[in-house]
Amino acid sequence: MKQLVTLRINDTDEEIYVEPWWTLSYVLREELNLTGTKEGCNGGHCGACTVLIDGKAVMSCLYLAMKAQGKEILTIEGLKGHNGPLHPLQEAFIEHFAVQCGYCTPGLIMTAKAMLDENPNPTEEEVREGLNGNVCRCTGYTKIVEAILSVAEKQKL
Amino acid sequence: MRFQFLQPLTIQEATALFAEYDGEAKVIAGGTDLINLIRTKAIRPPYVVDIGRIPGLDHVRYDANGALIIGALAIIRNLETSNDVKQRHPVIAQAAGQLGSVAIRNVGTIGGNLCHASPAADTAPALIALGAKAKIIGPAGERTVVLEDFFTGPGQTVLQRGEILAELYVPPMSPDSKGVYLKHASRGAADLAIVGVAAVATMDRGICRNAKIALGAVGPTPMRARNAETLLEGKETSDALIGQAAEAAAAESRPITDVRASADYRREMVQVFTRWAIRRVTGKEQEVGSEATAVL
Repeated sequence: MKQLVTLRINDTDEEIYVEPWWTLSYVLREELNLTGTKEGCNGGHCGACTVLIDGKAVMSCLYLAMKAQGKEILTIEGLKGHNGPLHPLQEAFIEHFAVQCGYCTPGLIMTAKAMLDENPNPTEEEVREGLNGNVCRCTGYTKIVEAILSVAEKQKL
Repeated sequence: MRFQFLQPLTIQEATALFAEYDGEAKVIAGGTDLINLIRTKAIRPPYVVDIGRIPGLDHVRYDANGALIIGALAIIRNLETSNDVKQRHPVIAQAAGQLGSVAIRNVGTIGGNLCHASPAADTAPALIALGAKAKIIGPAGERTVVLEDFFTGPGQTVLQRGEILAELYVPPMSPDSKGVYLKHASRGAADLAIVGVAAVATMDRGICRNAKIALGAVGPTPMRARNAETLLEGKETSDALIGQAAEAAAAESRPITDVRASADYRREMVQVFTRWAIRRVTGKEQEVGSEATAVL
């Protein structure tokens, strides 16, 4: 039986009826039309569905929407720049050509955001380790790592 | 996936629900294992009981004697990043840091990792090597089992009708003992272990004391390598002895062939990783193995 829940997504309260077995990724994509969050493997292996819950990276395909009540959910649609529409990570991914097919990109950017929020000055090894749960089949990761490190560099200035 | 979702607010309510819906209700904590089992139709529970709203089960704290007390709902990532745990039980922080990706560790719980009872559970070998005990609460009250005896088979534990795992008790580690958890997996932490080895030992003027070695992913449950431990006990740890202990561990492991590796390969890797783990805890190697990291 569907239940009414309030989910706080990108600073907006969404009142929505959900089945208890609906995952957060399903609700985001199919009920709220927030299709920036992707579903890849649907099993917690690929990281395409990564969103932030209370600031932490989470696989939304393994997270029941019911359990997200009372938490702050941030998706790729909620990212903002300081003085423009794009977040520095999004700009860096474009600048460094860290996007090819683009399917893994929202998950990678959300993972990178959580990583830099926690550790603003990571080593290359820490970045690579932090991306361990995100699969990209196009780029070979090098440009993604460079993009993330460039944002960390700019934050230092 | 279809189920009724129940959210008890106390342990008593939860155990009553499990007693009532015996066999039909599954616990959800973080859900990173359970959602996969349900989605792949490995299980079809009519009821899913979310214990995440029960307060007071997610602690990571030390008691006055230096024992580590971990609530079943403690988040894996918190064990990994706790400064106290890193300092006083570093092998637990290390094992927690190798359990899946950060996004899994942010949600997964220690109780979930143990109760899912995968033979490859990354936190199990380290906790077993440290002599951890599990506090179980059920309709009849509390009981405690040694964690080593908690697992009875793949996906199987000693939990009886209505019982839930509530807390773990990890004895203090003496300051002169060392521990290490080495995981061999094809995608690093993000993948399940092909082999996991935890070793804990104290060196007393070149003599090995209280060696404990626990293996993951190479038997129906996480297991102690007792023959290897016995070989090391009270001895001077020469390279030859360490080699013999590593071979003993390989011989007592009971791996299977699956999608990740063959049984023969696993047995060989038990030998290699056990040797590295012993070298590390006996002070033969300062880092987690310059040799080990090359492969990990």
